[in-house]
Amino acid sequence: MGEAAAPALTAALSTALTEALTSERLRIVANLIRVTRDWELAEDCVQDAAERALARWPTDGIPDNPAAWLTTTARRRALDVLRRRHVEAEKLHEIEALAPSQASPAEPEDPGPYGDDRLRLLFACCHPALPLAGRVALTLKTVAGLSTREIARAFLVSEATMSQRLLRTRTKIEHSGIGFRIPEPHRLRDRVGAVLAVIYLLFNEGYAATEGPYLRDELAEEAIRLADLLASLLPDDDEVLGLRALLLLQHSRSAARMSVAGDLLTMEEQDRGLWDREQIAAGLASLAAARSTGRPQGFYRLQAEIAALHATAATPEATDWARIVVGYDALLEHRASPVVALNRAAAIGFRDGPEAGLAALDAGIADSPLVPAVRADLFRRSGRFAEAAAAYHEAIARAGTDAERRQLQRRLDELTNLS
Amino acid sequence: MRYLMIVATDPDHSVEDAARAPSIETWSEQVTASGAWVMGERLRPTSDATTVRVRNGELLITDGPFTESKEWIAGFDILDCADLDAAIEIAASHPMAFTGRLELRPFWPFDEN
Repeated sequence: MGEAAAPALTAALSTALTEALTSERLRIVANLIRVTRDWELAEDCVQDAAERALARWPTDGIPDNPAAWLTTTARRRALDVLRRRHVEAEKLHEIEALAPSQASPAEPEDPGPYGDDRLRLLFACCHPALPLAGRVALTLKTVAGLSTREIARAFLVSEATMSQRLLRTRTKIEHSGIGFRIPEPHRLRDRVGAVLAVIYLLFNEGYAATEGPYLRDELAEEAIRLADLLASLLPDDDEVLGLRALLLLQHSRSAARMSVAGDLLTMEEQDRGLWDREQIAAGLASLAAARSTGRPQGFYRLQAEIAALHATAATPEATDWARIVVGYDALLEHRASPVVALNRAAAIGFRDGPEAGLAALDAGIADSPLVPAVRADLFRRSGRFAEAAAAYHEAIARAGTDAERRQLQRRLDELTNLS
Repeated sequence: MRYLMIVATDPDHSVEDAARAPSIETWSEQVTASGAWVMGERLRPTSDATTVRVRNGELLITDGPFTESKEWIAGFDILDCADLDAAIEIAASHPMAFTGRLELRPFWPFDEN
């Protein structure tokens, strides 16, 4: 955008614009969507305001309050477009009344967390009546502010496909009458859960992609930003805090998860010095806040408790496997899933030895592509190398990404050298 | 917004689900009082249905529903609600939500493409 203005673009100007967009873009978009119900118009107006800033600020100077300038400019643009469409006067007044005063752009009417349009927008984007892929895409587009091209690239589809997906999702919102509002109190927990599910899915796709490049940090980081936003809007929700803790604790290992050669490393192999201490501290603080709500542990907090036990172990040997197994037991009881059962079996393998892990694995875990990898590791650690090799071969055949295949192959090669 | 609420049967439910279902009288009183209910009817079974087509200029009349399946449409209601969430709340308190399934279909205004 705004390439003509580029020569005059100073670093200060660019920083001011980026900061103003970061702090106000979502609020402006959410306000405009509430009043106009026109998602595209809302996004276009903010884009337009940013382009105008790039064109005007080099000559006019950076405004005293860049965020307020953007808000006002975007609002005027919306008014112009709507006037040309002959929208009724009442609606136009509503938009005029929208912009926060020039003096305090960061503090509009402050109607409390449930009065925040950003929260309404999240509830609309993550409405369970929308297809899941559409919820994720629309949240990234409208809430996170990613471009259609960026989202398409992240999900390995063409820009045209992603554009269609976004259009269909917005169309369903409009046609099916999905409102721009906070759910009824008795539905709130479920609906916050629906928002959390989208953020969780987004993070997992970045943390361990099901296809293509295995690690996609930008998706994981976007998920953390969304979790931060939700935690700022709903600071007392134990599951919001729990999910935020989980994501921070998992992502703290990001720099250590791959070797210099580009190979995935297991937690045992990682250089724990590369784990991000700040993220771990923030994750543990979020977890402590979740605990202090006194609510029974939910799906995300239970996982965060397990992640915290890993994050606070100075060495692999110092890991408190007994408590991790207890954590998986609680998680299984809360929501039975084959992946959780598999992780529990692996944890039992560390607590009681590989044979116990194999017994837990044989005690009835649904087959999945991840099972042979865990089985192979347990066989290897109990010295049953021939069985381990066979299981590694099966795991390699069923792995979804090259990174996983290389990791498994490396283990298999080590095994061949041993025996 | 107006929605057609299609009330369909669904063999996939438990005795406990059926026991949890509120009475249709309670539901009826609630939706009438709220003003959201426009009209609705129960429908006779598909064995009483007649399907009509005209093909190549010829009228074809067949016995039975337009599609054969284990689930069938047992009734319908027309709701007038502020938004989808309001319609979902009405559907969720209908007894057939517990022993069948309800489909909410927004009306498609004629002046709209």
